Amino acid sequence: MGLQEFWFILVAVLFVGYFVLEGFDFGVGMLFPVLGRTDTRRRVMLNTIGPVWDGNEVWLITAGGAMFAAFPDWYATLFSGFYLPLLLILVALILRICAIEWRGKIDDPTWRARCDVGIMIGSWVPAVLWGVAFANIVRGVAIDENKKVVSGFFELLNPYALLGGATTAIVFALHGAVFLALKTSGEVREDSVKLAARLSIPTVVVAGAFVLWTQLAYGKGWTWILVAVAAAALVGVVALTAVAREGWAFVLTTVAVIATVVLLFGSLYPNLMPSTIDEAYNLTIYNASSSPYTLKVMTWAAVFVTPVVIGYQAWTYWVFRQRISTAQIPPSIGLPAKSR
Amino acid sequence: MDALDVSRWQFGITTVYHFILVPLTIGLAPLIAVMQTMWVITKKDHWYRLTKFFGKFFLINFALGVATGIVQEFQFGMNWSEYSRFVGDVFGAPLALEGLVAFFLESTFLGLWIFGWGRLPKLVHLATIWLVAIGVNASAFFIIAANSFMQHPVGAVYNEERGRAELTSIWELLTNNTALAAFPHVVAGAFLTAGTFIAGIGGWWMVRNMRRAKAATDPVVAAANENTARTMFRPVTIFAMWVMVASGVGLAITGDIQAKLMFEQQPMKMASAESLCHTETGADFSILTVGTQNNCENITQLISIPGLTSFLANGDPNSTLMGVTELQAQYEEQFGPGNYKPNLFVTYWTFRAMIGWAAGSAILAVVGLWMTRGGRVPDQKWFGWLSLLAIPTPFLGNSAGWVFTEMGRQPWVVHPNPTGVDQIRLLVDQGVSDHPTALVFASLITFTLVYAALGVVWFMLIRRYAIAGPSDHDMRPPGDEVPPDDSGEPKQLSFAY
Repeated sequence: MGLQEFWFILVAVLFVGYFVLEGFDFGVGMLFPVLGRTDTRRRVMLNTIGPVWDGNEVWLITAGGAMFAAFPDWYATLFSGFYLPLLLILVALILRICAIEWRGKIDDPTWRARCDVGIMIGSWVPAVLWGVAFANIVRGVAIDENKKVVSGFFELLNPYALLGGATTAIVFALHGAVFLALKTSGEVREDSVKLAARLSIPTVVVAGAFVLWTQLAYGKGWTWILVAVAAAALVGVVALTAVAREGWAFVLTTVAVIATVVLLFGSLYPNLMPSTIDEAYNLTIYNASSSPYTLKVMTWAAVFVTPVVIGYQAWTYWVFRQRISTAQIPPSIGLPAKSR
Repeated sequence: MDALDVSRWQFGITTVYHFILVPLTIGLAPLIAVMQTMWVITKKDHWYRLTKFFGKFFLINFALGVATGIVQEFQFGMNWSEYSRFVGDVFGAPLALEGLVAFFLESTFLGLWIFGWGRLPKLVHLATIWLVAIGVNASAFFIIAANSFMQHPVGAVYNEERGRAELTSIWELLTNNTALAAFPHVVAGAFLTAGTFIAGIGGWWMVRNMRRAKAATDPVVAAANENTARTMFRPVTIFAMWVMVASGVGLAITGDIQAKLMFEQQPMKMASAESLCHTETGADFSILTVGTQNNCENITQLISIPGLTSFLANGDPNSTLMGVTELQAQYEEQFGPGNYKPNLFVTYWTFRAMIGWAAGSAILAVVGLWMTRGGRVPDQKWFGWLSLLAIPTPFLGNSAGWVFTEMGRQPWVVHPNPTGVDQIRLLVDQGVSDHPTALVFASLITFTLVYAALGVVWFMLIRRYAIAGPSDHDMRPPGDEVPPDDSGEPKQLSFAY
């Protein structure tokens, strides 16, 4: 395996990490209006991801940095070509970060309601748009001989990509519901289990259609395995949520996310961004990569540092492994609402 | 305005915004770690209260710092895709290392620090804030190494076939003399910012508590207030003021080293910083000029110190320095026709503002250390106001310094290294993405509005938490070294969003 293949896999791994970990973060925020009927319940939900969401988000930053370092042409073409979706994602993430951190700072229902809007926008928008973006990456966009995307924003909204957006949204919502069922106890847990069970069948339909379309249109022989794994995992989630086995259900939603992301990257390989104008304009891991020296240096760094990162992040999850219930939420210590 | 101008404004606005927040994070993390260490060592509750009190500001600030930072990671590709292609092989490496080594560290361990009170053993919990402090400073190093490549490209060759710069030595990139000078300068600026922030709020509260003690009719209230001023705010304020003194000295030394490098490597930047229009022997240091904006020939020197600029550049007051006009002619000969002058007005005044704003911190440190000498606790109202007024000055100085550094390298996005590879140079207009102006304008407006709204909220939160003072909730630390509770008994979380 060459270094270009290794870095393609590593970027895929970073995105797998991002979607698995932020998937349930987004899901928790997306389900605020459904499961968070009271402020205390919302605080329970928020605190299941409290200590970890920031570290989860860094997977995206590092994936962006890794694309820049290993495939600068991919980084340049993708982010200048998908300008508006990325702008929307960034604004949504900005709102979410501030809303999560600042929500508890003022003890005022209006303040909290506004922060909750920020959290919901910040969860829904990226959950949909990442699916749209990745479906378009696999599908290909109009890339000209200068490695520039010449298709406009509305061409990104094709049926396949919209199905991709619907898939990431519903899968993340289910992933979040199962995660909440696993991380809470009491009423929030009961409602999360019920919601997960209700979400699981539509998820199988939507995600199943997207995965199958991906495989039939862009897949390779070996990626059938991933289709089978994703489908089996999702069907398993239906059964497990029906009997409230949320631990195993979470394992399976995780497997489904991993299988889907790997399917997308596997269908893409060895391209990074195929061109719909001419195959000769495709960005591939060979014509868009950095020099062998840069790849070698970055490989050493990644090989040594990534296991350490995974180690301490896993430890964080272990430290905060206990379930949270409404009874455990301390009284708010935010400053009072301004009366003036 | 075309897409280039809009893109430049956008990058400038988002970066300056980010860097209002960043120095406070970089400086505050280690200082809070010191406060918590003091608590762990001395077991005095007021160090715990101070840790929690300043920890709140740290978290409010950290959130917006992260939010504005995310944009920067992607903006290179969005607005500067040609630049990204040209330098990605080199520039991407420190960016990826920053994510891998620093961002993961700070974000993960900050989560552990926020939620780990009473859950992690005391020493492990203390280690988490130190790791955050290391993480934020490490990220500064990587991003400054990346920026220094743009100011003074090293460790790379030009690949003719791909038309791009390619990394040949990561070691040379990370030990770029520009980076080694800029990093301590930025960190010193960050410590000055955080020191001034702590001393400002601490000094104000010291006065406030003393005045409350005097005004109180109840002797218990009076004693409690005086005790808080004397045992809690006085030591932390004095500590912060010594941090300010040390970082001020550090800033001066590293600034001098940086300026000497710039005279050598980016002479145009320094010539325009000094309004040095023509080559001079024994160049004066200009303190005040008047003239039309951005026109070298129309500037009248009002006050200047003879020979100082030459002395600062070379250690010799009679040395000869190239002027803007001669450098322009030299660059035209070297790189072809074009305007190689930065905006003279901006570079001149930001350079002076950067140095001048340091006076705010200097005055507070000198006055404050005098007012607190020999066990004194000041209660003069003017001292409280002086403390508050000093707080914004290092923020303004940091911004001015970065505006000077970045606008001083115009029109280059990758400034040619006089002793490096000649082809590794890129003009700003060659680096910008080929977008319609309206598209970039839309993102400029969006970011500016979102940032402005969040900036107002950020300021409101900082202000309200400063006025509220240390909360009663944080009077006593949570039970030490509580073992993880696996019994299923609901135990209230020590912290929840």
